[in-house]
Amino acid sequence: MSETKTIQFSEETMATVQRLIKRYPEGRQKSALLPLLHIAQAEFDGWLSPAVMDYVAVILSIKPIEVYEVASFYTMYNLNPVGKCLIEVCQTGPCWSRGSDDIVEHFEKKLGIKVGETTSDGQFTLKTVECLGSCGTAPMLQCGGDFYENLTNDKVDTLIEKLRANGQRSTYMKDNRVM
Amino acid sequence: MATIIIDCKTYEVPLGKNVLETCLNLGFDVPYFCWHPGLGSVGACRQCAVKVFKDADDKKGRLVMSCMEPVVHNQHLAVHDADTIDFRKQVIEWLMTNHPHDCAVCDEGGSCHLQDMTVMTGHHERRFTFNKRTYKNQDLGPFLNHEMNRCIQCYRCVRFYKDYAGGKDLDAYASKNNVYFGRAEDGVLENEFSGNLAEICPTGVFTDKTLKEHYTRKWDLTMSPSICQHCSVGCNTIAGERYGALRMIHNRFHEKINGYFLCDRGRFGYEFVNAENRIKQPSINGDVVERTELETRLEKIMKSAKVIGIGSPRASLQSNFALKTLVGEDNFYHGVSDHEHDLAELAVRILKDGPVRTPSTKEIEKSDAIFVLGEDLTNTAPIVALAVRQAVRQDLSGEPEKIHIQGWQDAARKNLQQQRKMPLYSATIHETKLDDICTSANYATPEDIARLGFAVAHCVDHNSPAPEHFPEALQVRARSIANGLLAAKNPTIISGAGCASSAVMKAAANVAIALHKNGIVVGLTYTMLECNSMGLTMIGGHRLSAAFNAVINGHADTLILLENDLFRHGSFAEVGDFLARCKNVIVLDHTKSDSTDRASVVIPAGTFAESDGIIVNNEGRAQRFFQVYESTESIQESWRWIINIGKTLQHPKLQTWQNFEDISKAMASEEPMLQNIDEVNPAVDFRIVGQRIPREPHRFSGRTSMHAHIQVSEQKPPTDDDSPLSYTMEGTRIQPPSAMIPFYWSPGWNSVQSVAKYQHEVGGSLKDGDSGIRLLEANAASSLVYFQGIPEAFVPLEHHLWIVPTYHIFGSEEMSAKSASIQKRIPTPYLLISAVDANIYHLKEQDIIKVSIANISYSFPIKINRNIPVGMAALPYGLCDAPINALPEWGIVETSPLTELHDYVRKTKVQH
Repeated sequence: MSETKTIQFSEETMATVQRLIKRYPEGRQKSALLPLLHIAQAEFDGWLSPAVMDYVAVILSIKPIEVYEVASFYTMYNLNPVGKCLIEVCQTGPCWSRGSDDIVEHFEKKLGIKVGETTSDGQFTLKTVECLGSCGTAPMLQCGGDFYENLTNDKVDTLIEKLRANGQRSTYMKDNRVM
Repeated sequence: MATIIIDCKTYEVPLGKNVLETCLNLGFDVPYFCWHPGLGSVGACRQCAVKVFKDADDKKGRLVMSCMEPVVHNQHLAVHDADTIDFRKQVIEWLMTNHPHDCAVCDEGGSCHLQDMTVMTGHHERRFTFNKRTYKNQDLGPFLNHEMNRCIQCYRCVRFYKDYAGGKDLDAYASKNNVYFGRAEDGVLENEFSGNLAEICPTGVFTDKTLKEHYTRKWDLTMSPSICQHCSVGCNTIAGERYGALRMIHNRFHEKINGYFLCDRGRFGYEFVNAENRIKQPSINGDVVERTELETRLEKIMKSAKVIGIGSPRASLQSNFALKTLVGEDNFYHGVSDHEHDLAELAVRILKDGPVRTPSTKEIEKSDAIFVLGEDLTNTAPIVALAVRQAVRQDLSGEPEKIHIQGWQDAARKNLQQQRKMPLYSATIHETKLDDICTSANYATPEDIARLGFAVAHCVDHNSPAPEHFPEALQVRARSIANGLLAAKNPTIISGAGCASSAVMKAAANVAIALHKNGIVVGLTYTMLECNSMGLTMIGGHRLSAAFNAVINGHADTLILLENDLFRHGSFAEVGDFLARCKNVIVLDHTKSDSTDRASVVIPAGTFAESDGIIVNNEGRAQRFFQVYESTESIQESWRWIINIGKTLQHPKLQTWQNFEDISKAMASEEPMLQNIDEVNPAVDFRIVGQRIPREPHRFSGRTSMHAHIQVSEQKPPTDDDSPLSYTMEGTRIQPPSAMIPFYWSPGWNSVQSVAKYQHEVGGSLKDGDSGIRLLEANAASSLVYFQGIPEAFVPLEHHLWIVPTYHIFGSEEMSAKSASIQKRIPTPYLLISAVDANIYHLKEQDIIKVSIANISYSFPIKINRNIPVGMAALPYGLCDAPINALPEWGIVETSPLTELHDYVRKTKVQH
């Protein structure tokens, strides 16, 4: 991870941030915390370092501890570095009964990592999550803002190839859907 | 009232409460964690489940969390039904999956709410075979120990710390099985009420670190009802001892004063009792002597000398009165600086002769508008600050009632309330910890605070004098404060001796009187500097300067100094000279000080823990504290020493006194302001079914062996001639009267939560009512007129700083500052000056400024503050070697200013 990178939103992002903050009345800027954290996560390598959270606190004029409290609560904020593609395999009942365990095992074999780990090239992080609301297409996974459904081992292989070739960082910010 | 049916039995209960409180009030043992009478309900822990039935025919019912369920008429409930019992057992089992099995080495063991609740629900066997979740603990500073593995996620800690006490550095992190309560990183918990976490936490996550230093189980402590001696509020405490050392201070519930909470100074200041610098043996000219030798010497001195006595605002009424009796009224001097005495006397006069009542802390909590003049409450009277915070947090808009949200529904109420708060106006010399909830915070010199106060009073009632040449901008502010107060039904005005200005206190009185004349039920609170400032003032005595003159003029040559370090009340040179001129200086004190160093005879007095006494708090409430243990050294109460001296001299009155009761009765008959004082005392021969009240729980262990190193056969325990309490576990198990509750315990309830069993209803008053008696009541036929004498507006003086005192919760009070844990929190000395003045003298933060006060030069590192008025500086009380008692005073700045910048700033200021 590029620790040396200065923590500063780009001008364009800052404009979005200010627009979000303006949604709320004076003195209630903290209300914009969740979308700001998503923006920060997308902008700064897919995870929220303490320095990034402190930066968000400064923007909202709140105490850093108020950001930590919120950021640590939600599973979609990563408090540790992650690979470029964060693979989140659903393991709740319906997906499990349709073989999500096998999917996870296949990922582990294919990527040479265990759940919760990142590949040495920094490309993939594998994670299991609870229901993503797509039980009709189980088993499924999420990578950034995209769902990959009705998974089989073959589909997983293709997906890994595709993501590796793409080289883009996965983000929940696709189409600004978290805002 | 409502009729409800619990387990097929009918009860009449009040409406407006939740089912949990109601069940507890009726004596049902419903287990709970997250609910607390001081904090309300959030339904977080799922422990207090009961069943609610639709009607009498419903046999199935549904499980509800009793803390979230309002009582309604004709409600059918089941507490001891198979499903509820099973559910509650399961909840405990879930909570226990991650709770370590470390009760035997846990500080909470034996007084743990989780233990009590686990036993109550019947869960006793571990079925969970997996690893327990573990956490890294934090170093939270000198007061609290952190052991997160024990956490059961009830959220009480953050609810108290953040919502109730206004703390900003403790939070909940993560979710599900990983919830963590702590700071963002290791470090001191900053809030002044952090110690309460040890009692609020239902298990051993937060425990008292000072107790850990000399750990004792609750059941092994000898405990007494005591009164905190570390500020003028007089919170009720439980003090516990073992092996001759004071081990802990716990909260003792007093509905009108401290409720469930203490401040950290009160809870952790006790360590001075065990400190190295205690005086344990009598000494003459520095040599330890036997008691007989001391008595012979004292007799010789007293017979040939012209003796004066100097009392103390931190000694009990009894000790002060005994000294006054020994030396005679003409030779008794109160032991505080003349200025401090004038302030205390002014407060007593206003509260006694004035038409305005002084409220209890509890009443302050219910005020619907508050105006604070000159007092940094968090640092001078912390529990009053906590009460002010609760007053501001109230939602009296009527909105909750409209949608049927009751007071105890904490989360719902908070959501509805949002930013709405009650008005709090403050005028102080610099920022305070209450500024975050202030409607308007004004920073000014004491003179300008007084002028603002007078202006507010004038706006409320035009007969009250108005300050001259009052700027329009401030007039607008005064008008808005006046309107806020006039709109209230029961506002409270708070001031005190804090900024050492009688004008500020008079301004506060004028505001209160003006509101009173408008038919508003207003309260007026004055905080004082010491625990018995009010009591000392009521006993009277001549001025300290007169004592100095008496010795200088040769009217007296011998001084008896009672529990007082005179150097805190006069300048070093003046007091040093005075003590040097006395032929004999006899000091009764418990802790070494500059005064005891200069004494020819030092007599070891008891601290509050080794003494019985009565002190009067700032509300004018006289309260009794009971001796916790008999010291094995020669230590005894000052008043007992004085009685002994009186006996050897065959003093007509003193020789007739035997015990605490005699002295209190004499005081009641002789002191006009203390006429009812003996009512505070329980009769020494008070018994419950013929038995004394035991200071030790029935499980007290080691009695037969704990003194075996001195003598193998068990020695006779001491008898208490001054109170109906016994020093052992023998005695009644019936609940004693409120003032004499040495500890809270009830079968099955070993933790502090057992206080509920001593209350009429949970969270309400104690069964026997409140202890202590109020000596100051408003005078309906008051002839007190508006105070005149409004000070001139403050004008900065070139090359000068107007130095006023400021206070620190840790460090400014004499005794707690000697406690080891408190010492770790005392800031380094400094002089607080404005950014403008720092520029003038070309100083940066921590640079040294040289100031001459009363012709003596001092050097202080500076702290720069944006809000402190230009030309004024604040010097922390008790932290520096400076004549703090002489403040406010002009200090001549000896650090040379930057001329150009100086001129620039002055010019811009004038234009402004």
